[in-house]
Amino acid sequence: MNVHSTSRNFKNNAKEQLANADLQAALNKARGHFVDGRSTARDNLPEFDALRDQARDIKNHTLEHLDFYLEAYEEKVQASGGHVHWARTAADAQQIVLDICRSVDAKTVNKGKSMIGEEIEINEALEAAGIRPVETDLGEYIIQLRGERPSHIIAPAVHLTKNQVEQSFRENHTELDPDRVLEEPPTLLDEARTILRKKYFEAEVGITGANLLIAETGSSIIVTNEGNGDLSQLIPKVHIVLASLEKIVPTLEDAATILRVLARSATGQEFSSYTTLSTGPRRAGDPDGPEQYHVILLDNGRTDMLGTEFEEMLRCIRCGACMNHCPVYQSVGGHAYGWVYPGPMGSVLSPGLLGVDEAGHLPNASSFCGRCEEVCPMHIPLPKMMRHWREREFESHLSPGSARVGLGLWAFVARRPRLYQLATGLQMRLLSWMGRKRGRFSSVPLARGWTKYRELPAPQGRTFQSRWKSGERPPMRNGA
Amino acid sequence: MSDGPRVALFVTCLVDLFRPSVGFAAVKLMQDAGCTVEVPEAQTCCGQPAFNSGDRKDTITIAKQVIEAFAGYDHVVAPSGSCAGMISKHYPELFADDPEWSARADELAGRTHELVSFLTDVLGVTSVEAAFEGTVTYHDSCSGLRELGIHAQPRGLLDGIEGLHLRELKDANVCCGFGGTFCVKYPDISNNMVSNKMERIVATGAETLLAGDMGCLMNMAGKLQRDGANVRVRHVAEVLAGMGDEPAIGEPQDGQG
Repeated sequence: MNVHSTSRNFKNNAKEQLANADLQAALNKARGHFVDGRSTARDNLPEFDALRDQARDIKNHTLEHLDFYLEAYEEKVQASGGHVHWARTAADAQQIVLDICRSVDAKTVNKGKSMIGEEIEINEALEAAGIRPVETDLGEYIIQLRGERPSHIIAPAVHLTKNQVEQSFRENHTELDPDRVLEEPPTLLDEARTILRKKYFEAEVGITGANLLIAETGSSIIVTNEGNGDLSQLIPKVHIVLASLEKIVPTLEDAATILRVLARSATGQEFSSYTTLSTGPRRAGDPDGPEQYHVILLDNGRTDMLGTEFEEMLRCIRCGACMNHCPVYQSVGGHAYGWVYPGPMGSVLSPGLLGVDEAGHLPNASSFCGRCEEVCPMHIPLPKMMRHWREREFESHLSPGSARVGLGLWAFVARRPRLYQLATGLQMRLLSWMGRKRGRFSSVPLARGWTKYRELPAPQGRTFQSRWKSGERPPMRNGA
Repeated sequence: MSDGPRVALFVTCLVDLFRPSVGFAAVKLMQDAGCTVEVPEAQTCCGQPAFNSGDRKDTITIAKQVIEAFAGYDHVVAPSGSCAGMISKHYPELFADDPEWSARADELAGRTHELVSFLTDVLGVTSVEAAFEGTVTYHDSCSGLRELGIHAQPRGLLDGIEGLHLRELKDANVCCGFGGTFCVKYPDISNNMVSNKMERIVATGAETLLAGDMGCLMNMAGKLQRDGANVRVRHVAEVLAGMGDEPAIGEPQDGQG
């Protein structure tokens, strides 16, 4: 399977997105909503930080015994009449989905939101096989109409303004009155709902993701705010759950603990509007539910992260708090990252799944401000792991030559205090003399990255160390 | 001299090279609080540029040099949350698997502090003898804030300064876009971040911007000056030490050189 990634072009992607006025307007609007929402939700729950610690410990324990819990889960799913399929790669997962769809002669597949669906590019695979995928999450529906990919893991259309959505609806819903009023978000929502409602009854297969899998009960959980996931999975004959294998937790109680930090970290809600547990297919006497229940467990490089410095990334519950609080994501939006997972979590996960040669820019494009780690409900040390990717890149000589030469020269001097004092002493005196009239420079050769956008302050004069050495001291306090 | 603690000043490269007045302010603040301050000669840089570029080998060489240069002092103090954080938080990580150096790194980490929090949290300083006329705003540098928990300390000391009026900066905890080599590796993104910061700074109406890290200060000063904003930028230590009449960052040095 060819992976469609433009992560390699991150720098150019970022430049384009910075100049995209619609994106910048959309990001500005969403930013405060997410940040204030999380902050209020945290303040309203005194045990929030204690819950974060518990959630982290649950996942650490699970990852240590991943094989045990996955096998226990598989047994429970089978006991409830469902099927578990193990997929080592994205291509394997695609094939399993296609085989199930063909077995029931599916023409249409309804989809709840699933990032694993994005990772394995399931829509493209279905279309190539002549099966129509219909996205039922509002954000996913909008970007499907526009032929785009999600730019955020929980708010896929966050990069769009209301006007852009209105335009897409008018272009696509041509059967509706062209003079209808569509200015307000509720009218857009109503229209999408009306159109999608009919489609729920046309599909033979429903595909959803999973926020959690529970070993104790063999259940999968989805959390949504629109209820679209429930309709997607209950009405068709077949329900397929797409999940990566680290979604597993031991017990229902553990799942409840994680759910208590999930929505608060994501949208600032105490709980999402719908929390839906699925355990096996419809039983005799059940009023509704699918005839077949399949879970596809995707690895796709994740087990390779176990036991490495990147293992902690597998605690991620995909809440999106890291990107909501990331000043880089908030500057360039999710598409600049070039693949499924944007923001800080993507900057750690993508090099793991795509390779550091493809996604090496991502862990570099961070100021290490640390806000992602501060808000992560699972205490994932994201900056530290981005640094580990930089180390891998440096060791394999993938970092740019000019940066290596500059850094090497600097390190050579920094390792030699005498040389450092001599060299910097002369340089600073020269720079200071050149800049003394204005106090700053507007252009400095070799520092264009700096002076393209800012002035460079001139040094005050001699270095501190040389002045100290010649006996200069600060004024003493009166009477001291 | 006083019987107070013997403190080594880790002056940091940017202060050493660009703004020695911050170093003298730091010395004055600690001397006024009863410390004996020394400046070990073998110091250069904490190694952060190499560390954050993935160059572990050079980082370790430089870190060992710092550990040796600062052995034996009661405390090591830097006028920077970023460099103090490098020594106190990251050196122990760096040597975690090295039985020979791990204990030495931990020991240095335990007695290394950022200047303002050293004054308040270790020495118990609650007020400084300084005067400053004007309205200031304060930016929380990321490493100081998130690695070392520095937030209330500078505000507390500034509050007690006669004539100084502190006006809070919206999103003071959001990165200014400096990020060490980040600002030259990704200049377009960094520019967007510092532009947002500048908007917030200007919106406060403050005449002076203060912070505790030279990198962030040079970034914000450079942007404010490029865009013609009328805000002066200083290291918080200069104001606390009563040295706030020094030409601000990026301002002419009155013919000195």
